[in-house]
Amino acid sequence: METVPKGENAQTSLKVRVWRGDAAGGEFREYAVPARENQTVLDVVTQIQREIEPDLAYRFACRVGMCGSCAMEVNGRARWTCRTHVKRVAAPGEALEIRPLANLPVIRDLATDMAPFFDKWARAGGTFQPKDAPDGAVPAEFSVVPPESKQRREADAGIECIGCGVCYASCDIVAWNPDYLGPAAMNRAWTLVNDVRDGARRERLEAVSGDAGCHSCHSTQSCTERCPKNLDPSSAIAGLKRTLFWDSLWGRLR
Amino acid sequence: MSARAGRHLWVAQRVTAMFLGVAVLVHLVTIMVAVRGGLTATEILARTQGATLWFAFYAAFALAAGLHGAIGLRNIAMEWLGWRGRGFDFAWLGIGVVTALFGVRAAWGLYVS
Repeated sequence: METVPKGENAQTSLKVRVWRGDAAGGEFREYAVPARENQTVLDVVTQIQREIEPDLAYRFACRVGMCGSCAMEVNGRARWTCRTHVKRVAAPGEALEIRPLANLPVIRDLATDMAPFFDKWARAGGTFQPKDAPDGAVPAEFSVVPPESKQRREADAGIECIGCGVCYASCDIVAWNPDYLGPAAMNRAWTLVNDVRDGARRERLEAVSGDAGCHSCHSTQSCTERCPKNLDPSSAIAGLKRTLFWDSLWGRLR
Repeated sequence: MSARAGRHLWVAQRVTAMFLGVAVLVHLVTIMVAVRGGLTATEILARTQGATLWFAFYAAFALAAGLHGAIGLRNIAMEWLGWRGRGFDFAWLGIGVVTALFGVRAAWGLYVS
């Protein structure tokens, strides 16, 4: 355990427990950093890496909530560390506990392997498939999409996802079933199902069906509760279920 | 199990739930009305013997309950016990059919005896 840095007393230092390890396993180690009036959890992790443990592995890029790379579990909840002030998650004198995102393989320390997360986006049909140009070329004519149409509003509701993985790490179903596509991938699929320019509706609906897809969702809504962008993947998944129900009953899907 | 089969199971569970919602109500109301005059085997048989509508109702009830229950138990076993795969799927199908058949047999007994 590290000692309190010189010149800091108990009031001005912040205790931080950081998970250190790799895919084979690991443990929490305790550090003390200067407590400041305004500091984010990412500031704290950076402070530890720069001043105490140069080999601490973590990931970040923009620091302003745009890139979605810095998500970690902070005091038991997945969050963007760059947009989380320490004082919002830990009362004065309380310790911080930081670990890598749940439900994803750990590369080292606080960095997880996001490959399974993005592979599932692909599996859920997350790629836009232009109707008139299946090869991905730009169609000759522009589509007219009224922004106020019901379908466009459904698509817009989920379009701002930046793929940070917070919902995926918060999902009980992913924890129970490693094949489960997860909230982000199905939120993406729902925006495309509602995109009138898209031509792969049927294939996409098939892809999000069944035990690994929307039908395993229990609507516990941790994804919606924890999404840093305030999106609502739970409702998107409910939309997929509803669409699949009527399409199955009326034979639009075999 | 394929994604398509999974989707069909989900739809089947919802449809049977809708039917069971109504059927359970009918069943409960029938019980409440029936016990008013005292509950005897003679009275029950008088209502059910040769009553094709009652038989059809309870046969459909038993089939829906068997199917609905087995699909639900399959989901719980997959999530809580990790019981997945073809072997388990067949076992649940068998359990669903047997449960339904017990119910249909009971309804048949009341219809013909």
